[in-house]
Amino acid sequence: MLEIEQLHASVEGTKILKGIDLRVNAGEVHAIMGPNGSGKSTLANVIAGRPGYEVTGGKINYEGQDLVDTTPDDRALSGIFLAMQYPVELPGVRNRQFIKAALDALRNRRGQEELTAREFDTLYRAKVEDIGMDPDLSRRNVNEGFSGGEKKRNEMLQLAILEPKLALLDETDSGLDIDALRTIATGINGMRSSDRAFILVTHYQRILSYINPDYVHVLVDGQIVRQGGSELSEELEAKGYKGLIEPANRGNS
Amino acid sequence: MTNSRVISRTSSLDNDYKYGFVTDIDSDFAPKGISEQIVRLISEKKDEPEWLLDWRLKAYRHWVKQDFKEPSWAKINYTPIDYQDIYYYAAPKSDNDSPNSLDEVDPELLETFSKLGIPLQEQAQLAGVAVDAVFDSVSVATTYQDQLEKAGVIFCSMTEAVRNHPELVQKYLGSVVPYSDNFFATLNSAVFSDGSFVYVPPGVRCPIELMTYFRINALDTGQFERTLIIADEGSYVSYLEGCTAPVRKTHQLHAAVVELVALDGAEIKYSTLQNWYPGDKNGEGGVYNFVTKRGKASNDAKISWTQVETGSAITWKYPSVILQGDNSTGEFYSVALVNNHQQADTGTKMTHIGKNTKSTIVAKGISAGKGQSTYRGLVQIMPSATGATNFTQCDSLLVGDECGAHTVPYIDVRNPTAKMEHEASTSKVSDDQLFYAQQRGLNEEEAHYMIINGFCRGIFQELPFEFAMEAQQLLRVSLEGAVG
Repeated sequence: MLEIEQLHASVEGTKILKGIDLRVNAGEVHAIMGPNGSGKSTLANVIAGRPGYEVTGGKINYEGQDLVDTTPDDRALSGIFLAMQYPVELPGVRNRQFIKAALDALRNRRGQEELTAREFDTLYRAKVEDIGMDPDLSRRNVNEGFSGGEKKRNEMLQLAILEPKLALLDETDSGLDIDALRTIATGINGMRSSDRAFILVTHYQRILSYINPDYVHVLVDGQIVRQGGSELSEELEAKGYKGLIEPANRGNS
Repeated sequence: MTNSRVISRTSSLDNDYKYGFVTDIDSDFAPKGISEQIVRLISEKKDEPEWLLDWRLKAYRHWVKQDFKEPSWAKINYTPIDYQDIYYYAAPKSDNDSPNSLDEVDPELLETFSKLGIPLQEQAQLAGVAVDAVFDSVSVATTYQDQLEKAGVIFCSMTEAVRNHPELVQKYLGSVVPYSDNFFATLNSAVFSDGSFVYVPPGVRCPIELMTYFRINALDTGQFERTLIIADEGSYVSYLEGCTAPVRKTHQLHAAVVELVALDGAEIKYSTLQNWYPGDKNGEGGVYNFVTKRGKASNDAKISWTQVETGSAITWKYPSVILQGDNSTGEFYSVALVNNHQQADTGTKMTHIGKNTKSTIVAKGISAGKGQSTYRGLVQIMPSATGATNFTQCDSLLVGDECGAHTVPYIDVRNPTAKMEHEASTSKVSDDQLFYAQQRGLNEEEAHYMIINGFCRGIFQELPFEFAMEAQQLLRVSLEGAVG
């Protein structure tokens, strides 16, 4: 589904990603872990095509197509979803109306008919309940006046309704209390399927005790320094980034 | 209900002004230019009583004294207006001077309205809207008369009102906007050719929304409508006006006056969708819109102005309320959008005279392209206005980096008990917001549109439902080419 080769990227002239190789197949869950400033959020944003994140070398192949020169909306319509680390507020834009517009655009692209207002309403209510979002919030404007945790839940709501093929979750777990974390993890586990892949960008091992990843990649200073299965995250939890990386670096040199 | 109208009017979205067709109808012109002769001719054509001619002449003489010196305080630039190069009277020619029913209206004229999506005969009734259409300067047809008559509501052209209800017109014409008020209002007082007239009797809630559609058609024609709405004690009326004009390379002058009189306990809700031709991308052509709108509220009365201003090359407009009576309320809700080379200097004036008077101002300015938008408002608390309160919120949104937004709020408080609140903000559609919407699959233009629409939400909520739908479509059309 996704093949990244020797990806280099800069933000405001600073090199952040320095040669990333990553292959993600449908049905897999990958965790990207790393200390602050390692480039893991940059990787997620580069895949989604965020303006200001400049690809300076390498390739991002998604379903056989090079993404580098495509617009963010094109990528979204081809099934890439980024749950953002800092979801923005859209004052005056009703949450329901916003998600309906997004789903309409997706369904148009897939050659499906748009849902009627009534059909959408049923879907929306059901997903709001699944996610455990306060129904009052669901009737408000997009993220306006939401707490950090409520914003993250709203990202999950959109993920659940838009049903992307490739879901990128950028530190969705940060700032969540344990109940919210569990709900979100349950939501993600419920969406795991053979035709959908997840990339979880996370700083902490915590969420990985609820979501068992197929692969764990440790990113340090713009490069993947360790790869492994879910046992790697446990090792990381025990040793910390420093303890994990140093022997690896020594081994490389 | 009126969805069909909204859709039919917006089905052919393209980059150009879509109401820009010209109807070829024989017009009955008075010669170009303004003079005492012309003022007399207009009055004579309309078979007006002596007092009205005298009033026009007083206005004309007052106007001449001003020596073509327009007010210059607004933040607008425009090529000078040649007042002698304008036709001051153009009536579409019909067999009769004024048609008595729709059957007598020139079919081509009706076709024009149907192109505008104003279905005079059928859809207007479905929509429960009584339409008075002012084409160039003469009121063409008023639908839905029967139902209004039953309620005792008078809704007709100003010309008819002068003929059939002279006592009301004489009593209230100029009572809110005197002929000497300002340059453009004075000009209007001298040469106004038609407009709408509404009278709602005491205690009557007008059963339907009243609507007027204005359209300038003839070349080099100035349009000077005069609208007078009187809500008698304890009555209620909601009135809507829409405006369009054909595409012309030269500028057209529109100088209207609207007077609202809300007597004790009455409420008037006045909504405007202003979509005069804004000129082309290079700023050529477009309507110069210099409009004076003001209401006077007696005890416990309420006047509410809602406007969505997307058209005109120049908009100079300050719908105001004189809060004369105790416990009276004034409201002003506005969205003003400028794109390309449009300039808008618009706002309101709330004059608090009565005790415990209350005013609310919410103004949203959107600037795109090279557009310049200014909010200019005055809140004045007179010494008599004990316990007056005002809330003002002015928000500006910038789209792109060649446009401008300006806010000029004047506050004049002469009574220490007044409570004033003022909020203002200027923002840009942020890259983060755009990315967020695009990441969900909306293209750049849709993303902009959705964010801008959200910015206007509070104002659109004040509009009657079908008008709100139309306002959203107008925004979209007006923004085309500015984003994406």
